[in-house]
Amino acid sequence: MNIVVCMKPVPDPRRWGTLTLDARTMLLRREEVPAVINPLDRNAIEQAVAMRAGGTVTVLSMAPPDAEEQLAEALAMGCDRAILLSDSAFAGADSLATARALAAAIRRIGDVDLVFCGAYSLDGSTSQVGPQVAELLGVPDLTHVTALGLDGGTLRARSATEGGETLYECDLPAVVTFDKEVNVPRLPSMTGIMRAASAGVTRWTAADVGLAPAEAGLAGSPTQMQNTFTPAAARKGEMLEGSPARMAAALVEKLKGSRVIE
Amino acid sequence: MDFTLPREVRLVRRSVREFAEETVAPLVERMEERDEFPAELVRAMGEIGVLGLITPPEHGGSNLGHLARMVAVEEVSRVSAAAGISLQVHHMATAALSDFGSDAQKQKYLPPLCRGDWLGTCAITEPTGGSDLLGMASTARPVADGYVLNGRKCFITNCHLSDAVVTVAKTGEGPKGISAFVVEKGTPGFSAGRHEHKLGLRGADTGELVFRDCRVPRENLLGNEGEGMAVALRTIGEVGRPGMAGTSLGILQACYDESVRFAKERTLYGRPIAQLQAIQWSVAEIFAELQASRWLCYHAAWLKDSGADCGVETTLAKMYTSEAAVKAAQKAIEIHGACGTMMEYAVQRLFRDAMVCVSAGGTTEIGKLVVARAALA
Repeated sequence: MNIVVCMKPVPDPRRWGTLTLDARTMLLRREEVPAVINPLDRNAIEQAVAMRAGGTVTVLSMAPPDAEEQLAEALAMGCDRAILLSDSAFAGADSLATARALAAAIRRIGDVDLVFCGAYSLDGSTSQVGPQVAELLGVPDLTHVTALGLDGGTLRARSATEGGETLYECDLPAVVTFDKEVNVPRLPSMTGIMRAASAGVTRWTAADVGLAPAEAGLAGSPTQMQNTFTPAAARKGEMLEGSPARMAAALVEKLKGSRVIE
Repeated sequence: MDFTLPREVRLVRRSVREFAEETVAPLVERMEERDEFPAELVRAMGEIGVLGLITPPEHGGSNLGHLARMVAVEEVSRVSAAAGISLQVHHMATAALSDFGSDAQKQKYLPPLCRGDWLGTCAITEPTGGSDLLGMASTARPVADGYVLNGRKCFITNCHLSDAVVTVAKTGEGPKGISAFVVEKGTPGFSAGRHEHKLGLRGADTGELVFRDCRVPRENLLGNEGEGMAVALRTIGEVGRPGMAGTSLGILQACYDESVRFAKERTLYGRPIAQLQAIQWSVAEIFAELQASRWLCYHAAWLKDSGADCGVETTLAKMYTSEAAVKAAQKAIEIHGACGTMMEYAVQRLFRDAMVCVSAGGTTEIGKLVVARAALA
């Protein structure tokens, strides 16, 4: 089973208190806070390492050069190979341009049975990249998966929904995105760290994966950020007066009037 | 000069920190209350691989080196210095076996010691003292197929739980009259004696080991007969002392963490006490001790990894850091005010743990003797 795990470095959530936004570019000042592997991507790595069964797990990231640190950690968790898409042409990518770069890299890796991602990243939280990669590769995608198994050549997945859960069956190849309930990610062991030291990280540019400059990064991103702000959350209050019985009656009338109750 | 820690060491720190917070922290209260080392922690430390940090891969370790080991001991000790000392003393056994063991001994003992199937220790100190090696009373009398050991070792960490004990006894007179052995749990005539109850490092298994006509086969001689002094001095000087430095460094880091957190949370006169200059000075003093100690420790470990002589630097690191941890813990208690003396707050434990680290692995006075010899050379 050859599996590619897409991994995103995100600012360490334990340090979010010190994270600030650049007022001009409206981007997070990521350099201020150390990066960690996106927590749900750890679940994806764990699932891949557990399901590998003699195949190869490749961890793939589109990120600045510093991401080698998180890729090394993924190797230490048991991934066999790490690829970093690193090129100034990738800068400013939205979720679609990111998915395009990842899909192109997955095509170049070739002979891939499964692509695993975290269901969303802790910083962007769009949940878009996994499904977009599936769409670009032309394969099925299962999202927010909480349990996954392989039955012969059929993938069986469980995914939590608001009112219950959905069970899926699907053929390979496929893209699967995971919620944290799927497993408990292992910590990198000391022997894993030792092995990671000799594994190294492969770097690919946009040209290496066959992407034209117009398809990558900011140029290839249909989403252009206009503004970032916190919406005012003030609520209008109204005080009722009179005896408790009179206030209760007035409240009932108001709730009926606004059709909250019949 | 590059002070950046290598990537492997950074990964070790991150992984061991998470391990300590998730696996060791929930055990601390029980260790304090019962003063017992949780046996399940040995297996857990084996799984994450910290037991084999300075053991070659062919014998089950990762051999990430002494700097990685220093950071690992520091991170475990930041959460539980009792667990930290247990880990570092275990390393003394693996190091002695790696450095002086025969191929057969390495193959037999190191893999289970790295996996956490076995716990190890190094038993040198006797009732006559730990630093006066020549004054030891334990004897190893040669017999046809090995040796018969008699004597007592005291203040031994991992005492009751160890499966393999590296120890030394007299096979003759003078510095060449000491030999080292590895003794397995269950060997007739070998037993663990009293369990000590200490001021701090509660939960670290400390006690006495007793050899009473204990027959040890010849193949359990570690190194050559008469090499015991070298085994003891190298293991104490290059593994045990930096290990105690790392344990104290973890306590220091915890003092800093607890002080900063409390100073930011506790309000007085309508603002956090971190804004009061008196508190700021104390925090600055703890931070200064932490940084000074950290670089002494890392430098000593780096020297060991580079293969250079490191005995003076490891001793200096141990001497300075263990004293600094006491000072920092006192400051941390002062920052906490009355809360600092309450058992619910960690700083009281840090103070008690720091005090025990001062004498463990060589007192400050012994440290000064070693350092003074180098300083006056």
